Amino acid sequence: MNKRIIVILKLFIFIFIFICLTFYAHTIQAGGLTPLKNEISPDITLPIPDNAVEKNYLGLEGKDSFAVSRIKADLVILEIFSMYCPYCQREAPIVNELYRIINQRKDLKDKIKIIGVGAGNNRFEVDVFRNQYNIQFPLFSDESFFVHKALGEVRTPYFIVIKMNADGSNRIIYSKVGSIHDANEFLDAILKESGLKQDG
Amino acid sequence: MLLKKRLFSKTLLLLVAVLFSAPVAYSASEQFKGKIYNPGALKPVDSRTTLKIGSKAPDFSLPSVSGGKVSLGQYLGKKNIVISFVPAAWTPVCSDQWPGYNIAKSFFDNNNAILIGITVDNIPTLFAWTREMGELWFPVLSDFWPHGAVAERYGILRSDGVSERALFVIDKKGIIRYIDVHDINKRPNLETLVKELENLNK
Repeated sequence: MNKRIIVILKLFIFIFIFICLTFYAHTIQAGGLTPLKNEISPDITLPIPDNAVEKNYLGLEGKDSFAVSRIKADLVILEIFSMYCPYCQREAPIVNELYRIINQRKDLKDKIKIIGVGAGNNRFEVDVFRNQYNIQFPLFSDESFFVHKALGEVRTPYFIVIKMNADGSNRIIYSKVGSIHDANEFLDAILKESGLKQDG
Repeated sequence: MLLKKRLFSKTLLLLVAVLFSAPVAYSASEQFKGKIYNPGALKPVDSRTTLKIGSKAPDFSLPSVSGGKVSLGQYLGKKNIVISFVPAAWTPVCSDQWPGYNIAKSFFDNNNAILIGITVDNIPTLFAWTREMGELWFPVLSDFWPHGAVAERYGILRSDGVSERALFVIDKKGIIRYIDVHDINKRPNLETLVKELENLNK
């Protein structure tokens, strides 16, 4: 009788450990969920660029790493791409156009910043993508899928727009997989959503 | 009792190993959304090539997706050649490896090299699949019939009839200078391939 109870007890412990492990393993493998509009952005940390122009563009100082929320801007547009993704390749000229339009607008160039994160791409691969499409805004390598996982392992390209508030808090105003289609229309939409003041 | 204990701890250990073994990480392109068949993790390498660095590369002539036939011989004496065998159309890693090469043309040009892509799929399948990738600058050849004959000659035909994910760098004289029979579940490092191309000119 005692033996039977011990066996049953062992079985329960075994099942309990199995369930715990399943949940834990699932959590660490899948990473976070994709953040939604109106939510607070997950903490995304990237290495501070070596390039002085990029550092200046993002308003960063120092070496090591920075949180995306530290970028000196009212709106941060972050694209998750991969140099191996044909859709991202086709998207590159549209995002370049968006960067060009923003940079030409004196009322927006210091307020909206764009960055790209290459999911699973090492620095060499990110450089290939940068050179192929002559990309002027900062691109970062995410070789170990760290950022990609924090954003719920999204398909590429994926765009997230984060509005930085004066009190240091932030709010996501756009979070979508797929093309932004038209740079002007996309800019109008996020400006409207953010309530960012524009001159003229 | 001791045996039971061992069995219990071994089973637990196995469970932990299975649960924590990381899935094959890749970022899926929206381009192929819902069209990619995921075969799961496969045996990394399932063949043994007898070809070695310094061996003469076996010649072949295969139908190209863009029409006509392409042979290894037509490039000999003119270009260095990279052959990229990939296992199958519409599978995860293969569907982004060639789009990556598609924006790396300058590395091939700079080293006077041509890229040839080969799979054991038939032409209609390759046609539909490569169209999703955009305009490819390199020929894509079908080693469908006799099935996998070229992959077999290169010693990289797997037991299930697909080829390995393999790269062969061949110089202008037709001599193999680099072989990478890669883990089928992973994408070969582009930087390594570029360095091997640069080595050809040293």
